[in-house]
Amino acid sequence: MTRPAIELRGITKTFGSIVANKNIDLDVRYGEILSILGENGSGKTTLMNMISGIYFPDAGQILINGHEVVIRSPKDAFAHGIGMIHQHFKLVDVFSAAENIVLGHEEKRFNKKAIAAEVREICELYGFDVDPEKKIYEMSVSEKQTVEIIKVLYRGADILILDEPTAVLTPQETEKLFAVLRRMRDAGKAIVIITHKLHEVLSLSDRVSVLRKGEYIGTVKTAETDETALTEMMVGKKVSLNIERNDPKSLEKRLEVKDLTCIDREGTQVLSNISFSANGGEILGIAGIAGSGQRELLEAIAGLQKYQTGEILYFDPATGETESLKDKTPMQIRELGVRLSFVPEDRLGMGLVGNMDIVDNMMLRSYRGGKSAFLDRKKPKDLADEIIEELEVATPGVHTQVRKLSGGNVQKVLVGREIAAAPTVFMAAYPVRGLDINSSYMIYNLLNKQKENGVAVIFVGEDLDVLIELCDRILVIGSGQITGLVDARRVTKEEIGLLMTRSVSSDGAAPEKEGEKE
Amino acid sequence: MKDAAALQKREKGEPLFHITKRAEIVWWKAWLIRLAAIAASLIVCAVISLLLGDINPFSFFGSMLNGAFGTARRCWNLFYELAILLSISLAVTPAFKMRFWNIGAEGQALIGGLATAACMYYFGGRIPTPLLFVVMIAASILAGMIWAVIPAVFKAFWNTNETLFTLMMNYVAIQLVTFMINFWVTSGSGTLPPMSAYALPTVGNAWILNILVVALLTVAVYIYLRFSKHGYELSVVGESENTALYVGINVKKVIIRTMLLSGALCGVTGLLLVGGTDHTISTSTVGGRGFTAIMVSWLGRFNPLFMVLTSFLLAFLKAGANQVSNDYKMNGSISDIITAVILFFVIGCEFFIQYRIAFRKHGKEEK
Repeated sequence: MTRPAIELRGITKTFGSIVANKNIDLDVRYGEILSILGENGSGKTTLMNMISGIYFPDAGQILINGHEVVIRSPKDAFAHGIGMIHQHFKLVDVFSAAENIVLGHEEKRFNKKAIAAEVREICELYGFDVDPEKKIYEMSVSEKQTVEIIKVLYRGADILILDEPTAVLTPQETEKLFAVLRRMRDAGKAIVIITHKLHEVLSLSDRVSVLRKGEYIGTVKTAETDETALTEMMVGKKVSLNIERNDPKSLEKRLEVKDLTCIDREGTQVLSNISFSANGGEILGIAGIAGSGQRELLEAIAGLQKYQTGEILYFDPATGETESLKDKTPMQIRELGVRLSFVPEDRLGMGLVGNMDIVDNMMLRSYRGGKSAFLDRKKPKDLADEIIEELEVATPGVHTQVRKLSGGNVQKVLVGREIAAAPTVFMAAYPVRGLDINSSYMIYNLLNKQKENGVAVIFVGEDLDVLIELCDRILVIGSGQITGLVDARRVTKEEIGLLMTRSVSSDGAAPEKEGEKE
Repeated sequence: MKDAAALQKREKGEPLFHITKRAEIVWWKAWLIRLAAIAASLIVCAVISLLLGDINPFSFFGSMLNGAFGTARRCWNLFYELAILLSISLAVTPAFKMRFWNIGAEGQALIGGLATAACMYYFGGRIPTPLLFVVMIAASILAGMIWAVIPAVFKAFWNTNETLFTLMMNYVAIQLVTFMINFWVTSGSGTLPPMSAYALPTVGNAWILNILVVALLTVAVYIYLRFSKHGYELSVVGESENTALYVGINVKKVIIRTMLLSGALCGVTGLLLVGGTDHTISTSTVGGRGFTAIMVSWLGRFNPLFMVLTSFLLAFLKAGANQVSNDYKMNGSISDIITAVILFFVIGCEFFIQYRIAFRKHGKEEK
């Protein structure tokens, strides 16, 4: 039963200067479920995309059933019996399930009855519950996922790769999916699931392979491991960064979020009952698996994300007044005198305009000033010169398009502009992502300087070492809920890791207690 | 041995070439590619003319030049054509810069022309001529604005597809013109006779006024896009709606305002065509320029000054190619073929400016 299905030998893939996968060895066997575990950006999806023919590896070998193969396209992957179920479904909305299942499958004539019969057969075999005649647009997310799975089975896949299959499912749907996956395993298929949820790994898989920052850490048998051991493999040993950190002084409440609940367009609750406050003179870190609601939270504060219930209050340090920011646009928030700076996660898609030069990007916040119908480019140019000099931005000149700068320099331009607005609240989402060491430290220093000036800094990060050394307090969120609020000076990496990977609803434990226990 | 075989197998599997985006290209290289493209297109045109009509390539190009610049009249015509095409291109450019694909310039200009014609028809001779001009200008601009703002409002509030919407508005405009002509003309001819008595005044000759107005508009649109706050806002909205929201730009307002401007400029084109040169209206008054304008604007990278060059290229091709089909007694298809070949190369070469083609490197596998 443990015949190897896929063997990866020394797989490496780089995107420009970023190494997504470095020299990875991995075995997938028939008749077992293998979990690939890792934080976001650890290279899980890239690795699986190379097996399913979306990317081509730079180096290394892929062996399928013991033979070396070249997989150039998803079609090649199918020919080798590999089927991938992507996180974002690739289905035609106006087609029925059966039509989607045969789509692109050339050999067979389009005979609706025969297809429907075959689909039913697969359904019965593994216990799927789906109507082949139903149109995709009428289906729930879980039904769509079922169609995706049947699609690859119909094409005769023996190796199934599922990219974060439970991210969009309710707990009941997750259980149903797991039952199906177990049945497929028992039928001898090789199953790979990509995930970062520890409890799912433990309840479902036979073995776990862990990736961290593009590197292969190791593979363990699920029966021989536990949450703590896996967390340690996932987050790694503590690395000392020696980021300067002063004790916060003269703390004053600047921002209060009360019972914030936010439901997105698809009806998913992306934030539920979030309550916390941010103080001037400290750095509040926000930790969590990417996509746990960090973006929505910051955008709600900035007036970019509507929320159903709850309130956000701002305490003005100049006037001492309290303002509610609920249902206000970014413009109205600014008109209230709230000096809020925001470095969003998507730098070129939100914080800056990639096709404009540095000067024009400097104007984004300030161009409205003055009564003239025409732009004043003098002050923005001075500001651009100042930022280039002070933050050592490597650029041919102030009139270079921002998208042509390297990631670190783009970030310096953005952070520089936001700091120049003299904020009282400074929010930054993943400000050092993709930056080299020097630029990262420069950003840390800038944030520290803001903190010393009495600004309330909110820092959303992914590197736990940075969060622990830079922040004063860390708020941990998981699946849109607060799972802990901890003192950054006393917490350990594993504790945060555990808080990140659990969800409040499934085990029901009160999060605060958990955080203070040790 | 086994390794070598595996290596060979892999090389076979690797694609023959990769296409990669260029980071940056020196300006002279870009122009070299463009010149090479134009040279190549001329060679292809010469071969086609040789094969199809047995025409000597040199007399072929001579005929093209003659068609564009042969006589003073032809020169004026060329510049007039350039001006009209440019004015309608200027109209669509603010919308395009905002990534609002207004392909309804044809209809917006036509409806502007219809408003002008209606003013001439109803008020001509009844109100003082200077007042008539004011009414004509106001009516044409207003009509263009209405035609453009309807799809804009739907886009802004309900996110409808502006491409389809503006396209469909063209047909409504054309039908409306047909209807009005039938309504006004009771004789059997079916065409509206020129109302030259109420036409806009001429400066020098019949073309100069139009050319002057368009020259002014070119500078004005350039300044608007480059130096005004409105122009800045619409660029931000076009580049990234998320960024616009992030800095607090009212996206709906910008969409509607920009389309009002776009429609107004289309209306002016209609005014120039009907009030300035034709003095009458038909469904072909705009003559497809509303669609050619899309190409002018794109090729000119939405920069009004570059667009002068691209509309010159298109006006030149049109005049030259017509002359070729006249001189050699060929039907109109030859001019379409020539225009298409040249445009194919000119547009196609942009691909090589943006991307680089890297061929598979043998033996570089093992490092």
